[in-house]
Amino acid sequence: MARDSQAALVALNRFGLGARGGASGDFVNAASDPRGFVKAELSRPSGVLLEVPGLQSTPALAQTVFQYQFEIVQARNAAAKSAAPTDIAGKAAAMETTDANAAMPPAEGMQPNPPKPAPPPLNIIQKTYRAEALARLQRATIADCGFAERLVVFWSNHFCISANKGGLARMWAGSFEREAIRPYVLGKFGDMLKAVEQHPAMLFFLDNQQSLGPESRAGENRKRGLNENLAREIMELHTLGVGGGYSQDDVTSLARIITGWTYAGRQGQLGAPGTFVFNANAHQPGAQRLLGKIYENTGVAQGEAALADLARHPSTATFIATKFARHFVADDPPPALVARLQDVFLESDGDLKALALALVDSSEAWQVPMTKLRSPYEFLVATGRLLARVPDDPQRYLGGLNVLGQPLWSPAGPNGFPDSNAAWAAPEGMKLRLDISAQLASRIGENIDPRDLLEFAASDAASPETRRTIERAESRQQALALLLMSPEFQRR
Amino acid sequence: MTMDCCEARTSLITTRRSLLLGGASFAAWAYLPKFARAADGRDPRLIVVILRGALDGLATVAPLGDPDYAGLHGSIALTSDGPHAASMLDSFFALHPSMPEFARMYRENHAAVVHAVASPYRDRSHFDGQDVLESGYAGPGRVQSGWLNRALEGLPRGERVMSGLAIGPTTPLVLRGAAPTVAWAPVALPQAADDTAARLVDLYKHRDPALAAALSQGLQLDKAAQGDDMKPKPGSNGAAAMRLVARGAAKLMSADDGPRIAALAFDGWDTHANEGGPVGRLATLLSGLDGALAEFETGLGERWRDTVIVVATEFGRTARINGTDGTDHGTGTVALLAGGAVKGGRVIADWPGLKPANLYEGRDLAPTTDLRAVIKGVLHDHLGVAERALAETVFPDSATVKPARGLLG
Repeated sequence: MARDSQAALVALNRFGLGARGGASGDFVNAASDPRGFVKAELSRPSGVLLEVPGLQSTPALAQTVFQYQFEIVQARNAAAKSAAPTDIAGKAAAMETTDANAAMPPAEGMQPNPPKPAPPPLNIIQKTYRAEALARLQRATIADCGFAERLVVFWSNHFCISANKGGLARMWAGSFEREAIRPYVLGKFGDMLKAVEQHPAMLFFLDNQQSLGPESRAGENRKRGLNENLAREIMELHTLGVGGGYSQDDVTSLARIITGWTYAGRQGQLGAPGTFVFNANAHQPGAQRLLGKIYENTGVAQGEAALADLARHPSTATFIATKFARHFVADDPPPALVARLQDVFLESDGDLKALALALVDSSEAWQVPMTKLRSPYEFLVATGRLLARVPDDPQRYLGGLNVLGQPLWSPAGPNGFPDSNAAWAAPEGMKLRLDISAQLASRIGENIDPRDLLEFAASDAASPETRRTIERAESRQQALALLLMSPEFQRR
Repeated sequence: MTMDCCEARTSLITTRRSLLLGGASFAAWAYLPKFARAADGRDPRLIVVILRGALDGLATVAPLGDPDYAGLHGSIALTSDGPHAASMLDSFFALHPSMPEFARMYRENHAAVVHAVASPYRDRSHFDGQDVLESGYAGPGRVQSGWLNRALEGLPRGERVMSGLAIGPTTPLVLRGAAPTVAWAPVALPQAADDTAARLVDLYKHRDPALAAALSQGLQLDKAAQGDDMKPKPGSNGAAAMRLVARGAAKLMSADDGPRIAALAFDGWDTHANEGGPVGRLATLLSGLDGALAEFETGLGERWRDTVIVVATEFGRTARINGTDGTDHGTGTVALLAGGAVKGGRVIADWPGLKPANLYEGRDLAPTTDLRAVIKGVLHDHLGVAERALAETVFPDSATVKPARGLLG
């Protein structure tokens, strides 16, 4: 039984998002068939999609946000003309308030009646961001094992955008993941790559909507030209990896190849607002040489052909296999495992379901000690699952993620959030996890028996020391905080 | 596009944690150098500021005297007249108008600029470029320690200034390594009870030594920095956040038993689009940097006299603006020196010129000064790090790069 309990912990924590409390029976199910428990979610491809009433498509969101931005500009102009302050000031101020303020740590109730000014009303961008966040958190909380959601988070971070780029990015952060990541998490890497690089959110995030072919009609008329930001990150971060065998000339070539990849704006001259469009007027004419191969100018197909080749490149397979194994197994993953994943990636033409199955079927993934620390997102979601509380408001989660350094959909750079223990098992980070656990426990710990929760979370895989520490705690609240911080709950 | 900058700025101060990871971080050496209490009364302080994202050196200190500058920098070029005139540093170079404090320090001979400078890294990946800049090795991905830490290892250790020890992403790579360091960040969250923390440390000691070490250090550090008023105020922006971190760091460093050597990192300098000229996105960032330098000057008080601040970035940006009124990844850029110990009032440059043939790979300001020479000069003259250590352990295999002389004095 002991060995099965250990495997259950691997299934639940390394692959999944942790055992759910209550009557889920997760731990028992995982212990009886660990691999089957993890794989079950992969046999339901539609389970990766997130279709929730009220969540809108990128073009629909674009209509709303373009209109909103347009009204603000108009109101500002009107105010400037009349020089009389109106209620626009308030509206403009609300715009500049991101979720930052509202996402402060969930401190209410901890201080004796602090005087609280009424929060400014949420604008449409903030409302959308929160609704998307809530849908993702709810899905993560109720998922059976959570392996599929972990895959979503992995790929979403690999192809990250940052909501901090601006209003459009915040508005589209959720729809980007629903439209460009989720449909391909169990599909082909090449398809995901194309969907990502043609998604308005990515084109906005890495400035490609502004990049014009210097000799294109638009480039010559407007005396503007290339922005190589997206092209560089496609090769450095999305496919080949740094050192993957490309040069500055390749970056420039790819930048030229994807000129014209943009999205239609508010007035919809190029197409329906908020949809991907290929603007031939902005596309650099002529053939381009990329990684030694000539790509004839076939319009949008020129870039699609380049992406398809990048997706199949051996450097891409190495880069992805290493990153995948590092995320799930260990900071320094076993080379044999990486090699096998790399082979699967190449031989299956980037079949990401095959890649995930190869990982679950490997022996290494079940044998390597659980030395990785849960990321802040995994930690907070696992906590909600164990407490069997499906969130109805994302704010505590968003605040916690901010405090712990992983603000949702908002990494500091296009390389995404870090994925190593050096990043998360840091002194300041551990102290903050403890503060958050203690705060949460003081709020809800009274009605909970932490000994039950320990059974749900780790059962007889819990160490005697952890068990004793929880049993001897001076209060239920303290016991819950210690359980949430225990190695069994923090490591995966 | 105006909304973009507002949102990005506000997000920088979301919490103390994002201050640390997303906007700025601060770490310091845990020991006083022995000479800090030595008889000659010298008590030097060194602060290294890393600007992550690649600073546009040609926009920060513009070569207005170069006939090709205005054409290359186009719509975002600075000018010496008009409502936002750049401050002339000499007859050739002008400082960005959003840095009045640095301009004043320069006039008072307490600030200098090194131009057309670069680390030995010649590709254009941020992450590798930062690795080379901070590790001190000639190529990326070689070590998990930084040149500043290895320089410290060679110094005679005096008293320990804090009981804590912090290594991790909160510590910039430049200061990571074997020599003990501390990291600090402003505090905002209600804290767990001491008893709960003690029980958890005890559990970790039995079950998870790595977490025991990390948590113990985190607990000690928060205590050490208590009593400050560093909570970012809602509504303040990225520039204000930079000032706040600098103010707190200066406070810690001005104490008699405070750290003497520190590193900070500020993010956000990757200005691919709409970089802005005398006003705009880069201007806001530079104003934050300027404010941070002024906070150090004020906060260090009497200690400023014996302080050197080195501001460096992983590489520069293209000399010619790109198609979107920004600049792409480049090579040569500036390094800034500030502090009472700096022999300032100078722009130090072997100017390569901006003619097409003189640009590196036809696109970037060509580097004519090795950044390592500048840093070596500071480490040698300010802290007394031996030339041999500089050439072998601090910046391995760099014997041919001689320390720049006469930067201080």
